[in-house]
Amino acid sequence: MADLGCTIAGIESINPFWLASAPPTDKKYNVERAFQAGWGGVVWKTLGADPPVINVTSRYGAHHDATRGLIGINNIELISDRPLKTNLDEIRATRKEWPDRVIIGSMMAPVEKEAWQSLAVQIAEAGVHGLELNLGCPHGMCERGMGSAIGQVPEMVEQTTAWVKEVVNIPVFTKLTPNITNILWSAEAAAQGKADAVALINTVNSIISVDLDTMAPEPTVDGRGTHGGYCGAAVKPIALNMIAEIARAPETQSLDISGIGGITNWRDAAEFISLGANAVQVCTAAMLFGFRIVDDMIDGLSGWMDTQGYRQVADFTGAAVKNVVDWNDLNMNYDLKARIDPEKCIECGRCFIACEDTSHQAITITEQTDGHRRFDVVDEECVGCNLCYHVCPVPGCIEMEAVDTDRPYMTWPEHPLNPVKDAG
Amino acid sequence: MDKPVRPGLDARQLAENFSDIHPPLGDFQAKAAAAECLYCYDAPCTRACPTAIDIPTFIHKISTGNPVGAARTILAENILGGTCARACPTEVLCEEACVRNKAEGEPVEIGRLQRYAVDHLIDRPTDHHPFSRNLATGKKVAVIGAGPAGLACAHRLAMLGHEVDIYEAMPKPGGLNEYGLAAYKMTNDFAQREVEFVLGIGNIDIHYGVSLGDSMPLSALRKSHDAVFIGIGLSGSNDLNLNETTLNGVEDALSFIERLRQSPDEVAATIPDRVLVIGGGNTAIDAAVQARKLGASDVTLCYRRGRDEMSATRWEQDLALKNDVKMVLWASPDEILGNHQVEAVVFERTSLGSDGQLISTGERFDIPADLVLTAIGQKLNSTALGDLDVAKGKITISETYETSIAGIFAGGDCTSTGQDLTVQAVQDGKRAAHAIDAYLKG
Ligand SMILES: Cc1cc2nc3c(=O)[nH]c(=O)nc-3n(C[C@H](O)[C@H](O)[C@H](O)COP(=O)(O)OP(=O)(O)OC[C@H]3O[C@@H](n4cnc5c(N)ncnc54)[C@H](O)[C@@H]3O)c2cc1C
Ligand SMILES: Cc1cc2nc3c(=O)[nH]c(=O)nc-3n(C[C@H](O)[C@H](O)[C@H](O)COP(=O)(O)O)c2cc1C
Ligand code: SF4
Repeated sequence: MADLGCTIAGIESINPFWLASAPPTDKKYNVERAFQAGWGGVVWKTLGADPPVINVTSRYGAHHDATRGLIGINNIELISDRPLKTNLDEIRATRKEWPDRVIIGSMMAPVEKEAWQSLAVQIAEAGVHGLELNLGCPHGMCERGMGSAIGQVPEMVEQTTAWVKEVVNIPVFTKLTPNITNILWSAEAAAQGKADAVALINTVNSIISVDLDTMAPEPTVDGRGTHGGYCGAAVKPIALNMIAEIARAPETQSLDISGIGGITNWRDAAEFISLGANAVQVCTAAMLFGFRIVDDMIDGLSGWMDTQGYRQVADFTGAAVKNVVDWNDLNMNYDLKARIDPEKCIECGRCFIACEDTSHQAITITEQTDGHRRFDVVDEECVGCNLCYHVCPVPGCIEMEAVDTDRPYMTWPEHPLNPVKDAG
Repeated sequence: MDKPVRPGLDARQLAENFSDIHPPLGDFQAKAAAAECLYCYDAPCTRACPTAIDIPTFIHKISTGNPVGAARTILAENILGGTCARACPTEVLCEEACVRNKAEGEPVEIGRLQRYAVDHLIDRPTDHHPFSRNLATGKKVAVIGAGPAGLACAHRLAMLGHEVDIYEAMPKPGGLNEYGLAAYKMTNDFAQREVEFVLGIGNIDIHYGVSLGDSMPLSALRKSHDAVFIGIGLSGSNDLNLNETTLNGVEDALSFIERLRQSPDEVAATIPDRVLVIGGGNTAIDAAVQARKLGASDVTLCYRRGRDEMSATRWEQDLALKNDVKMVLWASPDEILGNHQVEAVVFERTSLGSDGQLISTGERFDIPADLVLTAIGQKLNSTALGDLDVAKGKITISETYETSIAGIFAGGDCTSTGQDLTVQAVQDGKRAAHAIDAYLKG
């Protein structure tokens, strides 16, 4: 049985599954239920200086698929709306009752040294394992000069991180916003400020939908709405890319990474970890299904690790990073052709219309004498784009086959047709 | 407790017995069912539909919350899409062709989704008819019969700008939609509501209680109108050629269904316990199942061959079995016993000879019955057709639905264009309308 224990920023956790700072970690009651369910740690809902914020209703919007499955949600909630002392007392009590679980204190403050440092010290004294700096909230708090208003300015990221590091001796996670042009600038700033780890992503700024009857964005508050933070399965690809960028850039490579964004099951978690996350955090999936989802995360991940021969999480942490390269490092001579298995084909025609209308007209339909239709790929036209393979509803019906080109690995900079080919 | 309609059956139970056999889908169910559709290209289901409804497109529209658009897609090809959604044997048409059968053994619920969409349009409070008429051509076409073929033809002719007179022998329109289809397929007076919707296009006049024949010969209609379409269906029934006409308690299944469609309570009050249905088609099944639902306790269906040879689909056969209809196969009626009132039918056991011919084994047995329903096929009533060419019991037509007389067209059950199904009649009516339009434009 694989060992799911892991270490991030020097903190040991019984498994890599933590709950992200959000409603699921708002108070002792929730956190205890999460620990009972098996979560290895929590990042407590972001704390600010008193007086506590006041929230509006409604607060969440939804992005459904055709069967009312949720692709993502967005929210316009602020940070913890309970008094600081209440939160700190509960953190203290929970730490005592659950000594083997991790509790990280999340915090935010305006860009004033004193504000950051006094809050950081108060939270650290409550006994948390580490602090997470919320520099990402893209709604509400940013209008008060906090959250993403700080996270979007690298100098402020470095500054706030450094302020906190100056006054506490527990690990500091700087939580980054994806609402920027280049994640490396924020990550480098966190590294400059001596962060022990970065946590990402926070939510993606968004308007999730418009109520076409009232002509107002959703969630709607008394006829009006505002942009909010998008999260859940839909944001996973954005998060994976940002994590991979940080994991492979020389300037940020040494940072530990707490991976967040759309993680819904063990497979998602394994992907984050393979791209360099040392542990992961989950919010939306727990909000949609409850804390019980960690059960499958735990045995799904350890089952998969057993089949792969990984004995501990560290065995595959970052294992995929070396294969993430720039486009310019890809092999121009690699060639794939689509192969359609007539035995598995159900004749839906989806591959045909996709390739015909929008790709390379590489699929033909042949009427058979028995009334059936046969779908074939014309190799000369197929560019191996994968589109047909993705739209095909039958698993394994279309395979992409590598054809032997007999040509060497050749990148674009080396390519004879490259007009700006390096002379050397 | 309600007053019983017959011993052991009260009005509430009777209504329940005749409630929708495929209850309508709710919004959420429809979305879930629509999500099963793969949105096939050049879809097998569309190819299998006699009217070629663009099924993937209408289902896609349901999934995006556009049911009225979905209905328009359906009705553009099949103006009686509402009845077809209820009555089509989808198990041998679109749903049989659905690619999901191969993928996971179950088709998309095309019929029920079609009903969901069409009902949405027909039931909506605004009465905007979804199609409009072309500029008036000044031409007038006579349509004989207000069944599916006649109605589909009339509607398309009106769309194309022509004026239409429908002549219908019965007091109500709809043909077998009103008088023949099983009651549990056409609940809530749907046939009439649908006709009202079809007429919403305008420029269609229906004249009731007028039959093609002596008082209104074909030749006169041909003169008074620029063209004629005949959609009179098959109004005669085949005889067993036994002594059936002389006994009480022997009835043509179609007239039994016609009675029950019009007043189920009356038929329920009078139907005896022991009912014997002779035949192996959908009419036989419908008669037997409805006899059970009306309260007959002992219903037997006899067919001279086996289940595989029945023209009723498997689904229909199973429906009969589910309703406790007893099936006696390989039995051919030989004699009807009784004095004034039928008492039993004597059958001969049949089997297949070495050459595949049906042969009698010589074994005889009888089945007692108080009501015998014969359902061994309908036939064309050709007396009203004058000189029109008829072959093998159907009106002869060309590729363009034209009969042996120029300007007179025909379609539906009275011709042999395909299976005798509502959907085929609609397709015939629609295509004949285009042929008539081309004819009128010369
Ligand atoms: C009992 C039964 C059950 C059936 N169940 C199904 C089913 O579940 N699904 C399915 O798809 N199909 C079913 N069918 C078949 C389907 O009903 C027919 O294929 C379809 O109705 C044919 O349409 P039509 O317009 O050609 O004829 P009809 O529906 O028969 O309409 C003909 C019309 O012409 C009128 N008419 C006849 N003679 C004259 C005249 N001389 N002058 C003026 N008017 C005249 C009639 O009154 C009638 O209104 C069933 C048939 C029967 C008998
Ligand atoms: C309702 C809600 C409130 C949130 N509040 C906070 C917060 O107070 N502090 C914070 O750092 N992140 C907050 N987040 C962001 C999450 O911690 C997390 O970064 C984000 O939702 C992406 O992860 P997910 O896709 O698993 O939900 C919030 C998210 C949601 C949905
Ligand atoms: S891989 Fe792309 S180009 Fe090749 S057949 Fe499929 S869709 Fe067409």
